[in-house]
Amino acid sequence: MPDERLITYSNALNEALREEMVRDKSVFVLGEEIGVWGDGGGVFGVTKGLAKEFGRSRVRDSPISEEGIVAVGVGAAATGMRPVVELMYGDFLPLAMEPLVNQAAKMRYMFGGQAQVPMVLRSNVGAGGGKAAQHSQSLETWIMHVPGIKLAMPSSPYDAKGLLKTAIRDNNPVVFLEHKLLYFTKEVVPREDYTVPFGVARIRRPGKDVTVVAMQAMLNKALLAAEKLAQEGIEVEVIDPRTLVPLDIESIVESVRRTNRLVICHEAVERAGWAGEVAMQVIEHAFDFLDAPIVRVCGKNVPMPYSASLENMVIPNEEDLVSAIRQMIAASR
Amino acid sequence: MVKKTAQNEGMRRSTLNKHKPEFLVEMLRRMLLIRAFESRLPVLSTQSLLRGSSHACIGQEAAAVGACFALQPSDYVTSTHRGHGHTIAKGGTVKFMMAELLGRADGCCHGKGGSMHIADFSIGMLGANGIVGGGIGIATGAALSCAIRDSKQVVLCFFGEGAINQGILLECGNMAALWKLPLVFLCENNQFSMSTRPDDVTAVRELSLRAEGMGIPGRTVDGMDVLAVFEAVSAAVERARSSAGPAFIEARCYRFEGHFLGDGLKYRSKDELALWHAKDPISNWRNRLIKGGIISENDAATLAQQTQDELDQAVEFAKSSPAPDPAAVWEDLYA
Repeated sequence: MPDERLITYSNALNEALREEMVRDKSVFVLGEEIGVWGDGGGVFGVTKGLAKEFGRSRVRDSPISEEGIVAVGVGAAATGMRPVVELMYGDFLPLAMEPLVNQAAKMRYMFGGQAQVPMVLRSNVGAGGGKAAQHSQSLETWIMHVPGIKLAMPSSPYDAKGLLKTAIRDNNPVVFLEHKLLYFTKEVVPREDYTVPFGVARIRRPGKDVTVVAMQAMLNKALLAAEKLAQEGIEVEVIDPRTLVPLDIESIVESVRRTNRLVICHEAVERAGWAGEVAMQVIEHAFDFLDAPIVRVCGKNVPMPYSASLENMVIPNEEDLVSAIRQMIAASR
Repeated sequence: MVKKTAQNEGMRRSTLNKHKPEFLVEMLRRMLLIRAFESRLPVLSTQSLLRGSSHACIGQEAAAVGACFALQPSDYVTSTHRGHGHTIAKGGTVKFMMAELLGRADGCCHGKGGSMHIADFSIGMLGANGIVGGGIGIATGAALSCAIRDSKQVVLCFFGEGAINQGILLECGNMAALWKLPLVFLCENNQFSMSTRPDDVTAVRELSLRAEGMGIPGRTVDGMDVLAVFEAVSAAVERARSSAGPAFIEARCYRFEGHFLGDGLKYRSKDELALWHAKDPISNWRNRLIKGGIISENDAATLAQQTQDELDQAVEFAKSSPAPDPAAVWEDLYA
């Protein structure tokens, strides 16, 4: 197909940034090591070539000042710009929570609608590379807990490009969390302009026996688990919410009404993670349809250890999903 | 302090003569309006019309007015939790502000912000802030926005001496200096965080030294003198507008009232307060204008009465405004 090609998640994000910067002069990019590093931008190559094309003013290398650069993004967004601020690792979000939580999330509401803060805060989540406790966390639930912020987490190159374009065009603060293990995965992505709407889940695999809700690296594991279970005659439906705020709970509930079973899988630690929120909403909307208790397959409640053997224990894997689903089906058939 | 010699008096008069009389009188009127506004708060509180915390800036009117009068209407201001004065100085309408303090639908934030989150984007007032130092980042971002848009606007960032030890000041001060942003950092040193004084919590004695360390020229002015503040900020604004970069000004002033309404004020003496009352920015300015032949005693009294009348009307407007519609609880969460 001439109008489609196989590109990486990192390339897809790069294209979204580039195309939005061409389309809208108020879009600019601010972050650490985004202009020069590597082959010309960004530790994961997302801003590659942008400084060369748009100049160092619109693709601005920042000092290592996470609170400051997010705060600057908020102020710029409130005065007519569309900043895309990058934090190199999601683990640095705690450094920037003040401007995000106290300022960006609340300005519109507490000022009675006078302000709008069209800022995108790009960062990432996820482990798997041996980056240990301070470069592996998945802190999306912290963000989900704060009213006034939207939260997108693309699982594939197609969604990465379409969701980032939606995020940049949105008039609200959007936290956009990518997954480190996905940057160099590939998918067919159209050449022409397209967006992926927020709040619309994507059914990645249809099935009738159990619904699995998962995103990003866990989504890929869920798809592998579904493949395996299909050979045993268990048909797994895999749903990717794509955005946690807004959350397409209707699609999840609709699926559970058909499958009567629900597994939620995330890499973030289990305790007080978003799986609990999704489970509760499903209970509220479809309790009578459930044939089995909802199961969480989530990260262990510990900081991420360095050693590969320990790291593997902490992150949910395909086998964890397979055995959880087998048990669930066996107990409720 | 300037010694009262004939020569100095002459200098003062010539300084006054540099400005249009109506401008000098408007400075007085605006300071009176701020004080009239703040002086209503205890009464409203007694009547249970105020909720939460209200922080009055009585004693600090010269810093607010002197600084904001150095700006153009299209310039931006960010403020602190003590933001009523800054809002009035930038051109805020007291009846909408008062309605906000009373949590009413006609408030400038439709009753959702209150005293600590008072804002009026229509006059470039980007909000008071409940987080000490919270406005610093917003101001720096607004200044970056002005620079990228090449809009020739300037941002005035108010913060207290208590914010001098927040990390955001270093982070944003550095970016502002590095990128030569059109920004003026205005530190109102009112001598107290809540009860702690700069000497208790800050190692450097001259707060402007912090600015020098970030590559920002810093100076200290008498924050009880509205003209001194105006002239210092005007120079900084001019510099900022010409893309020469940010400046830092410490305005030394004094918080006559408590940190908030109901503060027992056990941390300072009456003698100390009396010393600062002698430097009252409003009565001194009023006397200076009278001595300089700019206004008469009668004019000054009329002006004071007019501001009280304006506040009477503002309070009546606020009281008659309804509580927000229940539907408002879900409004303006997202744009």
